[in-house]
Amino acid sequence: MEKAILGDNQFFAVNHLSDEKSRAQAIRFKDDSAIISVIDQSIDLGIKTFMCTTHDRIANICDHIRKNPSGYQDFKIYPCMPYAHKYANAVTELGIMGTIKQYVPGNIFGTFAKGGLAFLSKDFIKMMEILIDAEMKMFKGIPTPVIFIQNVLVDMILGLKMYDVFAEYDRYIRKKYEAEPGYITMNLPALLDALNSVGVVNPVICSSINKIGFRMSGGKEIYEKCLREKEFQPIAMQVLAAGALKPKEAIEYLGQFPKIESVLFGASTKSHIRETKELIEQYM
Amino acid sequence: MINGAIIGLGKMGLSHASIVSAHPDVNLTCVCDTSSLVLDAFKKFSKLKVYTDYQKMIEEEPLDFVVIATPTRFHYAMVKFALDHGLHVFCEKPFTLTTAQGEELVESVNQKKLVNQVGFHNHFIGTFRELKRLLDKRVLGELFHFSGEAYGPVVTKEKGSTWRSNPEEGGGCLFDYASHVINLVQETIGRPEKVLGAVLKSIYSNGVEDAVYSLMRLTSGLTGTLLVNWSDETYRKMSTSITVQGKNGKIICDATEVKIYLKEAVPSENLEKGWTIKYITDFAIPVNFYLRGEEYSAQIDYFVNCIINKAPLEYNTFEQALYTDKVIEMIQEKNKLN
Repeated sequence: MEKAILGDNQFFAVNHLSDEKSRAQAIRFKDDSAIISVIDQSIDLGIKTFMCTTHDRIANICDHIRKNPSGYQDFKIYPCMPYAHKYANAVTELGIMGTIKQYVPGNIFGTFAKGGLAFLSKDFIKMMEILIDAEMKMFKGIPTPVIFIQNVLVDMILGLKMYDVFAEYDRYIRKKYEAEPGYITMNLPALLDALNSVGVVNPVICSSINKIGFRMSGGKEIYEKCLREKEFQPIAMQVLAAGALKPKEAIEYLGQFPKIESVLFGASTKSHIRETKELIEQYM
Repeated sequence: MINGAIIGLGKMGLSHASIVSAHPDVNLTCVCDTSSLVLDAFKKFSKLKVYTDYQKMIEEEPLDFVVIATPTRFHYAMVKFALDHGLHVFCEKPFTLTTAQGEELVESVNQKKLVNQVGFHNHFIGTFRELKRLLDKRVLGELFHFSGEAYGPVVTKEKGSTWRSNPEEGGGCLFDYASHVINLVQETIGRPEKVLGAVLKSIYSNGVEDAVYSLMRLTSGLTGTLLVNWSDETYRKMSTSITVQGKNGKIICDATEVKIYLKEAVPSENLEKGWTIKYITDFAIPVNFYLRGEEYSAQIDYFVNCIINKAPLEYNTFEQALYTDKVIEMIQEKNKLN
């Protein structure tokens, strides 16, 4: 994995520090071309991995990449599924069954469809596979060497102690996509133990890691212990603690943990991308 | 260790199940729902016992508490049954469909001295607590206006209906979205005693409102507005904010920031003249397990702590939730007059 990975929160109005700023971002990135231009700038600066949710608009970005292959040689996407708010808002309105009906491709309730059979026989693993395939469709033809499940789902499964689901996910991603399964979590220490307990070893885990312990459940110390002692491939996110930390002190803090393989960061301008990349190269 | 169960495994129920199950002081022993799809998933992947009949579950299992996360119309009967069996109860919002039902449950729970809580999770977001603290310190001087607002993209086009689109069952923007804002206003600024004007507006839904606009007066005499719309797709998710204005300035507070403007500094609070912005990073309540936001874990931590340590009930009691239901009724009645 590359040391610096560009994230997509800034493109989709996700700002953990300010609802107002998030709306300003929605205006700034109204057109797909504005997103593409930031991705292109990051490629110019040598960042060739883009980690993104399976948001509807990412499908447009993928179309652009497929149409202009020359500009995106060696470019990789790390998809993160599902785009949770799409489902969460649907569940509020339609309930769980209504949401499945709306988002599963084809007619899942048709007895003869592949999905229909999975549904009728309550073959949950098959249903999971169908949903993954549906989310992955937009990336066809683009390298996706690591495929993540979003933290909402990872942490829900973790809390419910349904650890076998992780093992099934791991198996399917390796088999079908020949990719490395990744996990985003807000509960790194507990997740790592859970994955190890079902035989998932040395996993790629993306979690909040920052100097002030923001969104590091259970406290910073236990995270630091994991980073020193456990076997896994960490990607640090929320390294600026939603903006509470200055980039230099934030990246300098990460530098004490050689195990951290990558830093996921969001930036909207070339100068910010350059500054972050230089700090990562200097300290990590 | 105490034993708990979840009744209702929709969005909130699954989230509560996960958080309760991860809690170090709780044994989540069983869950109850009517969906065979959801229950079969629990049978296959978890070690929890599953029930389709909540009464049977409560009678058979040695429980200390239940979390009730079913559609609102079931709350009254389920809460009553749980209380009659001596269980502590966490119930999702809104509390009950009629205030008469709510009054009965409040009386019952107070008599039985059981821990009771309703899921108005905004009180477990650090910024809103800071807002209340600053208002209690009277940094704004004499208040003259408040505005409680929430916007989000739940219903953004015309389509089929579920219980959430049926007002008889506790559906609609007033019960679902506005109840959060009413409760937040009620507990951070003051209790509304009169609804001066109210408009419930359907935008895309049939038979139920998508927006709530109201002018109200609090017991303190302060007046303000409630502006809520769940059909606003300029918001990625539900965004709730409170603005309070006083003679010495104003505070705008949401889940991420407290923005304070003061005409005159308040040295005792270290607040300068002009703008001061405080961020959630300074106020987030630490939790051991995080799912969807600290507030969801923090409210369960609080509930469990009240049971184990017999801590006094301060946040989100049935009585507070009942008062929110009363304001909802006032808004409905005022709207009918239009």
